Amino acid sequence: MINGVGRYIPDNLKPFISSDNYQGIPRKQIPKKTKVENTQFVENISTIFELINIKSNMTLSFHHHLRNGDKVIQIVAEEIKNRNLLNMHIAPSSIFPSYTNLVDLIKNKNITNIHTNYLNGEVAKIISQGYLDGELIMNTHGGRAVVIESGELPIDVAFIACPVVDKNGNGHGAIGKSACGTLGYAISDLEYAKRVVLVTDTIVENLEEYQIDGKFVDYVVKIDSIGDSSGIVSGTTEVTKDPIGLKIAKDCANLLDYLGLIKNDFSMQTGAGKTSLAVVKFVNDLMVKKGIVGSFASGGITKAYVDMLESNLFKSLYDVQCFDLDAVLSYAKNKNHLAMSASEYGNPYEDNPICERLDFVILGATEIDLDFNVNVTTDSLGNLIGGSGGHADIAHGADVTIIISPLVKSRIPIIKEKVMTVTTPGSDVDILITERGIAINPRRVDLRQKLKNSNYPIFEINELLEMTHKITGVPRKIETDDKIIGYVQYRDGTFLDCLRKVKDEY
Amino acid sequence: MKGVAGSKESNDCLITIESSNETKIEINSIVGAFFYDQIYSTIENTLKNENITDVHVIVEDKGALDYTIKSRLLTAIERMREDV
Amino acid sequence: MFRSLLFIPGNNPSMIQNADIFMADGIIFDLEDAVSISEKNNARNLIKHYLDNSSVLPKQVVLRVNSFGSEWFIKDLEILKTKKVNYLLVPKLDYESLNTISSFLSDFEEKEKLEETKIIALVETAKGITEMSLFAQNNRLMGVLLGAEDLTNDLEIKRTETSLEIFYARSQVIYFCRANNLIAIDTPYTDINNIDGLKTDCKYAYGLGMKAKAAIHPNQLEIINDIFSPTKEEIEWAKAIIKLSEENPEKGAFQYRGKMIDKPIIERAKKIIQKAEIFNLL
Repeated sequence: MINGVGRYIPDNLKPFISSDNYQGIPRKQIPKKTKVENTQFVENISTIFELINIKSNMTLSFHHHLRNGDKVIQIVAEEIKNRNLLNMHIAPSSIFPSYTNLVDLIKNKNITNIHTNYLNGEVAKIISQGYLDGELIMNTHGGRAVVIESGELPIDVAFIACPVVDKNGNGHGAIGKSACGTLGYAISDLEYAKRVVLVTDTIVENLEEYQIDGKFVDYVVKIDSIGDSSGIVSGTTEVTKDPIGLKIAKDCANLLDYLGLIKNDFSMQTGAGKTSLAVVKFVNDLMVKKGIVGSFASGGITKAYVDMLESNLFKSLYDVQCFDLDAVLSYAKNKNHLAMSASEYGNPYEDNPICERLDFVILGATEIDLDFNVNVTTDSLGNLIGGSGGHADIAHGADVTIIISPLVKSRIPIIKEKVMTVTTPGSDVDILITERGIAINPRRVDLRQKLKNSNYPIFEINELLEMTHKITGVPRKIETDDKIIGYVQYRDGTFLDCLRKVKDEY
Repeated sequence: MKGVAGSKESNDCLITIESSNETKIEINSIVGAFFYDQIYSTIENTLKNENITDVHVIVEDKGALDYTIKSRLLTAIERMREDV
Repeated sequence: MFRSLLFIPGNNPSMIQNADIFMADGIIFDLEDAVSISEKNNARNLIKHYLDNSSVLPKQVVLRVNSFGSEWFIKDLEILKTKKVNYLLVPKLDYESLNTISSFLSDFEEKEKLEETKIIALVETAKGITEMSLFAQNNRLMGVLLGAEDLTNDLEIKRTETSLEIFYARSQVIYFCRANNLIAIDTPYTDINNIDGLKTDCKYAYGLGMKAKAAIHPNQLEIINDIFSPTKEEIEWAKAIIKLSEENPEKGAFQYRGKMIDKPIIERAKKIIQKAEIFNLL
């Protein structure tokens, strides 16, 4: 059948209807995990496999807070390989380029199904080529919390990398030799997985403050090292020097100001790319100039936001993951630098999740189409190169959702008649800012009215597309293979789009 | 006789043209899936306008626009003509 | 009319294809110093086909050709045939070379059926500075750009942060341009990462009487445009003066905020409004 964004979805799956369809559906929660009386401390991962009797066809989950430095998913993968377990289902919140040893396991059908929010690197490449035997489900950060709490994604064992654990099984991410800051993506796994294993390299007597509550923890494994610190905090902290990126960022900040969004008690979120960081810098300058104090910034947190918190430009930060060392240190010491779980961040069924409280968000796009649908999951050939993360969550939650992108990247126009893959429905995307003009979603009559008499170069999105085609030429239409390799799942658990194998000729 | 012009920087292309016993156009482009035909016809038309046949043209393209490709080819042709 | 002119290297497709989006009032496509000797024809072909084919071009196009007498100058002029070049920026200009180029251009324009090409003189030698007063007879000339880097080389001196060394040259350019109704364009500030230095330099040059400034990086443009534009206060003042003068057409002079306003001041106000209109500041 055809779903609410005009995409084909097989009849056995719930189709996406609209981004606020969840409002009429009651929250579904399986019981949380019962209290664990005695957390057991174990010497190695292999013993855990014995104790829990991890076998073929099980579902194992992970978080990605250690990012490119993560060793835990790789150690568990080695164990799966050594035991030759087959048809495993893994549910990491993201898959990073360093997780290269998953490649052989996928090719050899040790791992056949994956549920994740973002993936990049070699694993993404081979899945695009059709090597995953089962299905890949790409959800949002908030949506992952939804399918875990509802029992749609039952987790047999959650392996939670945890930089420090105490004798009671309580865990924290802010300190320890592999400190990574908050552990927001692991909380649903902790509360709903059948078995929970903390994997750490640092055990202390007693933690005063902790994010992981030991009452849910069945086992703690101490290994030599859970992460390579240089890969953990790999986020970009540099503002772009690219004049096109800077121009877009400047126009974006000025537009926010023109729309009256930079006002006392406002809240915002941006991506962590170099152009987004430039927007943050310009917003910072505007706030200083106008004496504005914002309510909060949220998301993955970077140094730029830490600096704003410390100069009292924001009252607090809601942090689901720390992108750099400054964010990790700030989370450890500043009481206004608050952790949030993926559920508190983006689960539509939470009472007033953070994403719903945002005034505006600044996001990127690999492609955007004439209906304002955004793709950040695949490139224009269909190769997997990312995923929603929180994109679709905050695009829906925020009052104003702005996409910033150059019109052309290496001759490829970012505006398409139809995006290759829908990650975020166009109904949740309000403004596109490019170096040659701005387009406003026709649904936002209010924003169009406000900008009617401005000096901004405002076009219809199809006019921007025509302008781009005059520069680049019209690109040839790309065909995908018929084979479906997975699906994009919306945050309410419905299905937005199919992911298809990339044709061999590309 | 041989001429080379351009670069492998982004939005540019490196074009090599060499006399040969038949005309052959070889295109390696990072945007080939989208623009192969357009690049090919730019090369073909430019050769025709310059009355050039029996050459081997190699285009290594990093997303150059048509006028860039055309100008690189013309420079490569000038250089080929000077290469005696 | 412009406040800012941005130099773009003639052989850089990435920069060239985005030349229209930078905040410069005009773009100088550079075939001279930014292009190595072996790439002169490559750059020339690229600029020619860009101007001929691109659907998006800058508001004003300036072409810096190689100096008269170099083996490339005449070939560079071929680009004029695109009819997209608004001004020719000619390096190392002195009285003799200006005249020779001028008559050469006249022949070229007649042959190719082109309109008269306007010239911006790039004055960057002691000879150029001392002979500037003679340029005035040439009606192709519409502005002078001071090239301080080559000038200080010519003088065998180093430019320091105070820029005292080029005070005389700046003043010469400013007075010559004002007297002949030409636009005085200041030398670029070369330390692209020093924002404060750029600001100081712009304010100083603007204060002396420069009307525009060249830039060598897009990120310099915002500051240049800002400083070389009429301020909000100036625009408000000019609007008020024009309104008063229109209300009192019979009066040659009147008072505004306790100050005497007469014809030269009304003219100045009109100029400010004209600039504000062109630069989209109203």
